[in-house]
Parts: sequence; structure tokens; C-alpha cells
Amino acid sequence: MSPTLSLGIDIGSTTAKIVLDDNGKTIYQKYERHMSQVRQKLYDMIAEIRPMLEGKTFSASISGSAGMGLAEDCGIPFVQEVYATSEVIRALEPDAGTVIELGGEDAKVIFFKGGIDERMNGSCAGGTGAFIDQMATLLDLSVEQMDELSLRAERVYPIASRCGVFAKTDIQPLLNQGARKADVAASIYQAVVNQTIAGLIQGRTIEKKVLFLGGPLYYCKGLRQRFAQTLSLKDDEAIFPEYGRFAVAFGAAIYARKAGKAFTDESLFNALTLGLRARSASNRLPPLFATEAEFDSFTARHARATVPQRRIETYSGKAWLGIDCGSTTTKLTLVAEDKALLYSYYSANLANPVGIIRQQLIKLRELCGSRITIAGSAVTGYGEELVKSAFGVDIGVVETIAHFTAARHFKPDVDFIIDIGGQDIKCFKIKEGAIDSITLNEACSSGCGSFIETFARSMGYSAADFAGLGLRSRAPVNLGSRCTVFMNSSVKQSQKEGATVEDISAGLSISVVKNAIYKVIRANSPQELGRNVVVQGGTFLNNAVLRAFEKELGADVVRPQIAGLMGAYGAALYAMKLEHSTLISAEDLAGFEHTSKSAICQRCTNHCHLTVNTFTGGRRFITGNQCERGAGLKLSGEELPNLYEFKRSQIYGLKPGENRRGRIGLPMALGTLELAPLWHGIFTHLGFEVVLSGKSSRRTYEKGQFSIPSDTACYPAKIMHGHIETLIEEGADTIFYPCLSYNVDEGGDNHYNCPVVAYYGQLLRGNMDSLKRVRFLHPFFNVNSEKELAREVYSVMRESFPEQAFTKSEVKAAVNHGMAAQAAYRDSVRREGEAALAYARSHGKPIMILAGRPYHIDPEISHGIDKLAVSLGFVVVSEDAVAHLAEMPRVRVLNQWTYHSRLYRAAVYATRNEDVQLVQLVSFGCGVDAITTDEVRAILEEKGKYYTQIKIDEITNLGAVKIRLRSLIGALEEREEAHA
Amino acid sequence: MPETESYYVRFTEDMKKEYTILTPNMLTLHFRLMIQVLRNHGYRMELLETDGPEIVETGLKYVHNDTCYPAILVIGQFISALQSGRYDPHKVALIYFQTGGGCRASNYINLLRKALKKAGLEFVPVISMSLSALEDHPGFKLSAGVFMELLHAVLYGDLLMSLHNQCKPYELNPGQTDALADDLTRRLAERIRTDHRYFSHNEAIYKELMDAFGALPRKKDKKLLVGIVGEIYIKYSPLGNNHLEQLLVDEGAEVVTPGLFDFLTFGIYVKLVDTRLYGINRSRYPVLSIAYRVLLNRQRQLIEAVRADGRFRAPTPFTRILELSHEVIDEGVKMGEGWLLPAEMLELNDSGVHNVICAQPFGCLPNHIVGKGMMKPIKEKHPEINLVAIDYDPGATRVNQENRIRLMLSNASRES
Repeated sequence: MSPTLSLGIDIGSTTAKIVLDDNGKTIYQKYERHMSQVRQKLYDMIAEIRPMLEGKTFSASISGSAGMGLAEDCGIPFVQEVYATSEVIRALEPDAGTVIELGGEDAKVIFFKGGIDERMNGSCAGGTGAFIDQMATLLDLSVEQMDELSLRAERVYPIASRCGVFAKTDIQPLLNQGARKADVAASIYQAVVNQTIAGLIQGRTIEKKVLFLGGPLYYCKGLRQRFAQTLSLKDDEAIFPEYGRFAVAFGAAIYARKAGKAFTDESLFNALTLGLRARSASNRLPPLFATEAEFDSFTARHARATVPQRRIETYSGKAWLGIDCGSTTTKLTLVAEDKALLYSYYSANLANPVGIIRQQLIKLRELCGSRITIAGSAVTGYGEELVKSAFGVDIGVVETIAHFTAARHFKPDVDFIIDIGGQDIKCFKIKEGAIDSITLNEACSSGCGSFIETFARSMGYSAADFAGLGLRSRAPVNLGSRCTVFMNSSVKQSQKEGATVEDISAGLSISVVKNAIYKVIRANSPQELGRNVVVQGGTFLNNAVLRAFEKELGADVVRPQIAGLMGAYGAALYAMKLEHSTLISAEDLAGFEHTSKSAICQRCTNHCHLTVNTFTGGRRFITGNQCERGAGLKLSGEELPNLYEFKRSQIYGLKPGENRRGRIGLPMALGTLELAPLWHGIFTHLGFEVVLSGKSSRRTYEKGQFSIPSDTACYPAKIMHGHIETLIEEGADTIFYPCLSYNVDEGGDNHYNCPVVAYYGQLLRGNMDSLKRVRFLHPFFNVNSEKELAREVYSVMRESFPEQAFTKSEVKAAVNHGMAAQAAYRDSVRREGEAALAYARSHGKPIMILAGRPYHIDPEISHGIDKLAVSLGFVVVSEDAVAHLAEMPRVRVLNQWTYHSRLYRAAVYATRNEDVQLVQLVSFGCGVDAITTDEVRAILEEKGKYYTQIKIDEITNLGAVKIRLRSLIGALEEREEAHA
Repeated sequence: MPETESYYVRFTEDMKKEYTILTPNMLTLHFRLMIQVLRNHGYRMELLETDGPEIVETGLKYVHNDTCYPAILVIGQFISALQSGRYDPHKVALIYFQTGGGCRASNYINLLRKALKKAGLEFVPVISMSLSALEDHPGFKLSAGVFMELLHAVLYGDLLMSLHNQCKPYELNPGQTDALADDLTRRLAERIRTDHRYFSHNEAIYKELMDAFGALPRKKDKKLLVGIVGEIYIKYSPLGNNHLEQLLVDEGAEVVTPGLFDFLTFGIYVKLVDTRLYGINRSRYPVLSIAYRVLLNRQRQLIEAVRADGRFRAPTPFTRILELSHEVIDEGVKMGEGWLLPAEMLELNDSGVHNVICAQPFGCLPNHIVGKGMMKPIKEKHPEINLVAIDYDPGATRVNQENRIRLMLSNASRES
């Protein structure tokens, strides 16, 4: 007979839980954070209850991701946690429909109706609880405080739900733009909810009642609220059981009985002691310093890179102020007439940069007194516009230019600059004193810098102490370099294997550096970077990062003593061209007040969510809008040509036609955004009313997000689901999205579509239940031969509409009509493109080829970037509007996708024309663009053109886009000055 | 190409005599045999059987990190071999498969050349091995006859792999199955070397292999059957899937992996479908139809031999797999593993293997459609199937992968 007493242990990524169960009755339970000291913690927790176990026989089992190796080492039965959960729920809540369980690292969903289906999140969506913890740190709140605040939210901002890194990228600017913390807190929870839905629900119906389990859902009331609201659950349908945190441990206790292994207190402790001793060796790297001498010479070398300073207390004369309001830190510098540093300040934002800057300005005004006149001021960084309007700062300067200005002053013969800040990584190649190329990180590399700091703080160290420990590491752990979500998960893994803080600190530094070198810079060799490399940004103040960078590069670099202040210093230098400043006076500072509220812009159908900041004196600053209109700014008066707008007017403007034979819906996404004239032409000619699903909005995506099976697919594909839903709502009884292995042949090695564009119809058919209610046509078509296409269309129409008696000749005529419409559209785009070029040249305007894909015309996909470019003064043309003006270049890759070959030709056109710049739009998750981006870049850079890449996804923070575009403009100006 | 000058280093006839051709590893048993076939025809082939963390580290260094994991691994394996000092880089060529399909994998070879350039090794010739003649290498021209021989090597490999998988979890003497598979592969290679008409003795070869495995002392208990499907490299290569097969065997499962021969047959079949669907490439249709029939024929020979023997599970005929695919996907889906991938899930389930792991590189484009995208319809039609998708990536932690595999295994044991 198995013993009545059973011990269930659940060790997750952040917490350990134990329950002691006597014949179905809980006699003890405990929940504690284990700070990654898994084995010791468990030993201690069980030691506490040893008296309860003495003299008894009992069963025991371990569950949880961190328990896996431990169970093996100790010889205690192991049960997978989701399995354990479903065991316990089946026993306790037989009428449960769905379980949603969030842990520190993993999210799980179990469906009980219609056969148990258990799911865990994919690798990208890792770190649910860990993400909430990190976000609380970012808001400078405890998790409890953040939760409380979230309940007072007035609105929820859309935040990327793809992963923690993307979400953070969206949250940081919100904070810096003055969004209310309460609203941000609620939005963070909403992001968690959306991520769970997109990643795990994937089209299944959420049967009631729904049980919510796991630590975060037990503690965070706001998170519960968001889940219930999003899934439209009534109070009695959303259950948050008291035992929620212990569900897995209970499951383990149940399993323990089945496993049948009996323990006594002595045998259990013997087993646990075994576990304490075992240490698995994980993947380690060589230390940062092999010898003490190496360390000494490193320290001595970097101590030499100083800037001249002057005492502000004694200086009198003119001075210039530079402010760098970065994503995570705020920096100020004041420079004297000889460019010496008079004052500097560096602090974490603590989610309130305006407050920090106000204090600093008060202090500065005091220090300056009447001796020092501030003759000019400039601000840079994410908070540039906010700070500019709040304090009357004279000029804003794009951060790339600010950093470049500082580095060049520091080392006039610099060849290469890399700046790793809290959120971003920026690299510049310098040739003949001008910027040769600028590379900025994309979303995946974001937040590396601040990650080290946040992590250090969570371990109870200051950033400097933490770095110091890393320098002493003998065996740094290898934590990978993909992104901070993956690194975080690797850190936890290594801690469980017994890695020390020293090894983790060094490992993190190496990971961040590898990310910068292999994902952002992507240099072939140290020689390519040149002899004079300057590294800067707050992250390089970490000596372990600095050392790791030198080691990975195999060369020495220069780190200015003021590495963290370079943006502010550069801004101050930039301001030196000014004579009189509009900076806020000491009196106004005293009575300075700042309020922010949210609003919805009513100026166009986008209805952007706005944050309106109001400052004393009636100055206002509005953010969140996708264009300049909502910001209360006047348009420049003249409407510059914009091919994206033109294409939209043509594609979305197609008229439905008369309904003689039925209604066919075209989902306006992926390939149809180019081939709509063809399909529309064929179907209207055949007597169908063609229903278009129209432009997308965020709402379109949300409507379809429940049926997306692969959350790592690109946004243009994922939004397709919403378009299908829209068409069904609008009563289309037939929906058409063809499978096209081959796209239009325009030369090149071949003319494929990518697998996603080509076959998304197959996925829709299998994953969208709503499609079962309509006729869904997803035939394989050849769009290159009128004859073939007519044959194929005829066979599809005859099969799908047997009652309609289509004749061969009418189909032939319809296809002929469609092909002509498509050709007319193509020609009109080219003609319009040429007209735009001519306009730009006759009006002296710069031209931007916004090179992407046909589906990037959707305003929800490209987030109004075309309009932004126009507002910055560019005439905007699309890749397909100019590709015909250049021949196909010889590329080093297989050039077998139609959309890609246009990119290559457009790039060639850009190289031939002084007044043309190319900016490439890349959708996140586009695997094929890993190949095209390198190639387009090579074509441009070979001829001395700048390459700018903009990665776009579900949500795009236009701030980051603006930085890229303004950097391009800034670099062009700099180059012109240098050559003048 | 508008210009006549080639953008790649050709493998010349002179090189054939003195260059060692390094081959990346994907399926050790198969590749050892294929290499022997090529050696018979005068190529100095060598299979890279290296493993270890430096491979992926090297890959990350030289390949765009957003590229798929298989490319990072294979290129990493090549470059670390070239940098190891074991070879004279001026006397080495590399070989890589290229399908010319619509998935970015057809660009691996170009990424490899870019990586070589980065590493200062741009002079090393890279041979594109392809049915589509995408490149021209005068020193490496395979006749239809050689292709036929290679196909046989693949068939033998498939049988070896299948027999090995069916014996390994039951072996009484640990390690014996692995040793036997190695030994038989060696003997088979020797036979290929000495008997140039080996492929006319297929039946004898099959019998020999089955007898050898049949004689292994084995336990009689019943193990959980777990199938592995997925992106071709990650599915097969232990380097790519963190030794998935070993993990499953350690957990007490019997692994069932569909053979490589089906993938090759698929490669020919989709070209036939192209002609049928789009009316293109009509001229090569007759030749390809013949090739397709020959392949089916050869496979049938193997299947019949295994069935007649009766001791082991025989492969499912390609035509049956094709038929099963129609439940959820159309034949026109040809990029990556195309319709074959969901078809293999269905085939495994159909033949009693209800637990299936779909292994794929993180962010694999065709897999959005044919892998993850087909799971819901398959589960709907076959609620008994226990399917899990596992992503592989340089940064993914092993614990996360293992945890999901364990979940699948515990579900499997609940249901059985």
C-alpha cells in the first residue's frame, strides 16, 4: 500500500513551492523565491518541515523546469509541470474548460474539452514573470506598486506582444514621452495577455470556465483584470483559485503516489544532499584576463583617455548646455568656450526624465549665477522633443550626429565609433572626416545595455560593482547572443548549474559584445573598422564590457573617460554655434509644472492615441501620432509626391462591380496588395461583385489574432487573418487568395514568391474555422501566361460554381481583361514614379526610394513611414516605381524572388543618382530579407551611398524610425560640409 | 547573369585530382556510403564528423545571425574545419546541396561563399550539388548513373537507420546496436568500393542487413514510439537537434524517422506537379516521369524485401504518403519540405506512431505553413496524435526544449 503522506515539490525558474498532502488534505504549503540557489533553497525549505516527516514513510516527486536536472541527480521521481497541472485540475475542477498558467519563464495553456491539449509558449515568448519583474524595475516600482497602479489606468497603449524585448522597446519611449505610469502598467499587463493569446491559444476556442494559475496571476490583480476583459469572461467564468500558486506542487504530490517510490526523512535528506553535491558543467568561455599584468596594463591604458575640465565655481564667460535624454538614462553637460567640461550629470531616468532635468537645471542656474551665461542649448536622445518643449531648449539634434560630433572632437582621426547605450547600439564608419555609414541595431538587439544594469540591480549590486566582479571571473558562462530574453533564460539555466555572480557578469558582458559585433556591426575583421576605434555610451563604462569588446575584436580601442556623456557633450558642442538661448529661466523653473493626459486624435481615420503633455506657460507637447498633423503642426503647405499614397489610391480604390453572379472577397494583404487589379479585373468581368477588405488597422490584426498558428511569422502574414474575418463579416460568400509559387517574371534567376506569400492560403484553410462557412478558393495559378491562367481559372470556376455554367470564352475574355488591368496598374506606377522624380528634380527636392514589398503600402504594416518621410521633405517613390530604370545587377546570391530583384534594381538606380537615397523596409521575421539586406547594402555602399534599414513589425515606435531618417539627413549634411 | 564572368570559384578538372572535398554531415550512415560512391568515381571526399560548441560559435561569427540555424551550423562546421589546421586550405574544396527552391535554403551556398570571404578563404571552391544544374563545375559532373548509385546509397542508409532505430532501445548489451550499424556501414562501403555492380545485388544486401540486426540480442518489452519530422537538417542532424534521438532513447522511447529517400523522390515529384499546375517546363516532363517511376520502383523493392522478411517495420511507400497529404494540404506546396512534412506526420500517425516531434529552425519560413500551420488541421482530423513543435536556435536553452519534449512524453504515456 502506498503511504498516505505525499510531498509535492515544484521548482520553477524563479520560485520554489512545496506542499505536503495527507490523503487529499493539505497539511503544509510554502512558496519562496529561490534566487537561483535552487538546490540549497529546496534543502532548506524541506529541513524546516523535517519534524513533520520524521518517523513516517511518504512519497515525493519534483516538478518544474528547474527541477529537471535536480530530480535526476537526487533520484526523486520527476513529473513535467504541465502534466502535473492537468492532473490536479482534473481531480479538483472537473468542469474546467481551460487553464492558463503563467510562471517566471514559461506560459502554459491547457484545453480540457475535446481531448486534452497542452501547450507551452515558444522560445521567443519566454519570460512572463521575469518580464513583469523587469518592467517594474524599469518603472522604478515594486511589483506590488505596479499592480496597484495598473488598476487605476485610464487607457491601454498598444504594446508589441511579440516578445519581451519588443514590448520594452515600446514601453521605454512611452515613459520618456510622459505617459502616466498607471496607463503604462496596465499596458504591460495587456502585452502579456496578448502574447499569451497569440502564442498559445492559436485558434482554439477558450472553453469556460477558465482557471488562472501560477505566481504572476495570483499576485497581480491588474493582470487578472486584463485577462478577464480580453477574453470577455464573466466573474463566475474566470476562476483564480487560492491554490493557484501551488497547483503544480499539488500535481507533483498526486503524481508521487502513482510513481510509488517511498521515502523516509532520512532517505529524502540523503537524496537532497546528493543533489547539493552534483554540479553539471555548462558551456564556459576563457576569462577576460589571463594574468594580473594584463589587467594592470588594461587599466593604465584606459586611464589616459580624459577630457579637459574646468571648475564651474570659478569660470566666467559663455557656456553651452547639452542634454541627452536617453531611453534609460539622462545626461547633462555644460561646456566652456574652450570646450572644456564645466559640469556633468548622469542618472537613471527612473521613469521621470522631466523631473530630473528640472532639478538639474535649477542647480545649474544656481551654479552659473551671473558669472556664466548659457549662450545656447541642445538636446538629443529619445526624449528630445519632450525636453525641448518642456524647457525651451534651443535646438534638437539627432543622437547619431550628437555622438559623432563628440567622438570626432575627442579623436579627430577616428575611423570607427560604436556607442552602446541602454537601449540602442549605434555604429559609424568615418572616412575622410565624414560619416561613411551608420548602422543602428534592430529591435532584437535592443536593451542589451540596460539589461546588464537591471540584472545587476536585481542581484543587489551596483552596475560598477557588478562589472568589477566580472573582471575577476575565471570561467565566464556562455549565454548566447540572440537577445536579452534568450540571455535571461540562459542566465537562469547557468545559475541552476552553479555559476557564480562573477561568471555571469563576465558572461553577460561577452554576450552583449557579441550581439553588437556579430549582429549589429557585422564587420569582417578588426582591420575593416580601422585603426582608431572609439567606444562610448554608458554601457562601455562597464569595464567587463570594454574588455570583452577588445578581446572579441582582437584590437585595442579608446574609451573616453566621459563615455556615458558623449551624447550630451556632443549636443553641447553642437549648440556652440548659438549666441542667445531660449532656455527656461531660473524664475520659470521654480514654478514649473508638468501634466500629461491621454487623448485620441480626430484628424484622420487613423485615430492615433495621443499623450498630451502640458507645461507651465502653456507649452504643449503631443506624442503618439503617426503624422505631423496630430502634433498640431502645420503641414509644409505643398504636398510632395508619394508613390505609396498613389499605389494606395489605385489598389484600395478598386470599385466592387455589379453583383450578377455572387460576391467574391479579396483579403487586402500579402500578394493581393499588388495583384488586386488582376483578380479584380477577372472577377468583375465574370459578373462578381468584388468585396475588398480595405486598409488594415490594429483592430484588423486583433480580430484575427486568435487563429494565428505561428507567432514568429511576419506581421503582413499575421494580419491576413483579420482580413479574412472582415470579409466574412461583410458577407462575402466566396473568398479568394491564390497559391502562387511563382510571381510575375521580371528577369533574374527565377521569380518565386516567398513561402509565406505563396502558400498562406493553405495555412488559412487549416487554421481559420470561420472559413468553413464560406467558399474559400486557394488555387495554384500561373500569372505569367494568359493562356495558362485562363485554363486554370476556367477549371477552378467550373468546379467551384457548377451552377453558373461559365464558358471557356467568357473566362478567356475575363483573364484577358484582368491581365490588361494589371499591366495598366504596373505602367501607371512606373509613370507616376518617373513623374515624381521629375517633380523632385524641378523643385530641388531629395528623393527617397522607400524600398520594401507591395504589401508595405498598407498603413498598418508600414505605420505611416512614407508620410513621415514626406514630412521630412523627401519625395517618396517605391521600389517598383523605379526598378525599371536600372538593369539587373550581378548579385552574389541567388536572385530568384521577384520582389527581391526589384530591390536590387532600385538600389542600382540609387547609386546612379546623387539626389536619390534608398531606405529599405524590412518586416520582422522575414527570413529572406536576411539575404537581401546584405546585398542591397553592398550595392549601395560599393558606390559610396548610405544604406538605411528600417525594421517594422506589429507595432513600430516611430521615434526609432525618425532617428534613422534624421540620421540619414544629418549624415548627408555632414558629408556635404566635409566636402565643401 | 548579364556578365559572363562567374561570381564563384569553379571546381576544375585539375582540382579533382588533388583537392580533398569536405562534406558537411547530416546523416552519418547515409553520408558515409554516399561518399564512398563518389570516391569510386575519383573524388577525394571526406565527411566532417566534428561536433562541439565551437561550430556554432564559428557560424555566428561568419554568417548573418538572422539566417537559419542549419546554415549557421554547416558553415560553422566548414570554417572551423578549414581553420583547424588539419587541411591545406589551398587543396580543399567544399560541397553543399542546393535545391534551387523558393526557400532561402537555396542561398546557403552563397552565404557560405560570403563567409569564406569574411574568413579570408574566398579562394576555396564550393561545389553546388544539385539536380537543377544551378552552377557549372567542370571538375564535378555527375552522370545519371552516378546519381543512381547515390540513390542506392541513400536507400541503404535509410534501411540501416530504420533497423538501427528499431533495435537500439531494446538492445541487451549497451552500445551493441551503434557498433553494429557502424560496422555494417563500413562493410557496405567496402562492398561499394570493390564491387562496382553492387546495386544489382540489392536484395542480398537488404537481407544481409536485416539478418545482422535480427541477430542482435534484444529485450521484448514495448517502448513508446516517437516520430521525428521537420526541416531536413534539424530533423536528422544530432548537431542541429541537440542529439534529440539520443535524448528520446534515454527517455525510453523508440525513435521513428522517415527516410531521406522520400525527400529525394519529393524533389522530383514537385517538378512534375509544376508542369501539371502551371504548364511550365513541359520538355523535361517525360524524363522526370521516368526518373520518378524508377525511384518508386527502387523503393518498392526495398519495402517488399522488409515486408517479406517480416521482422522489422517497413517504410511506407511514397505514393501512400502522398495520398495521405491530401487531407490537409495541396501537392503544389513545394518550398522547403513542402507537403511532405505534414504528410510524414500523417503517415507516422497512420502507421501507429502517434507521438510526433516537429523539429525546425527558429523562424523557418516554410515551416510556418507546412509545420506549425498544419498542426491544427491534423489534430482536428486525428485527435489521437500527440504533436509538438520544437524550435532550434543558437540561443535557445536546452532546458526549454527538453521540458517540451518531456511534456509530450508524459502525455504519450498517459494515453497509452
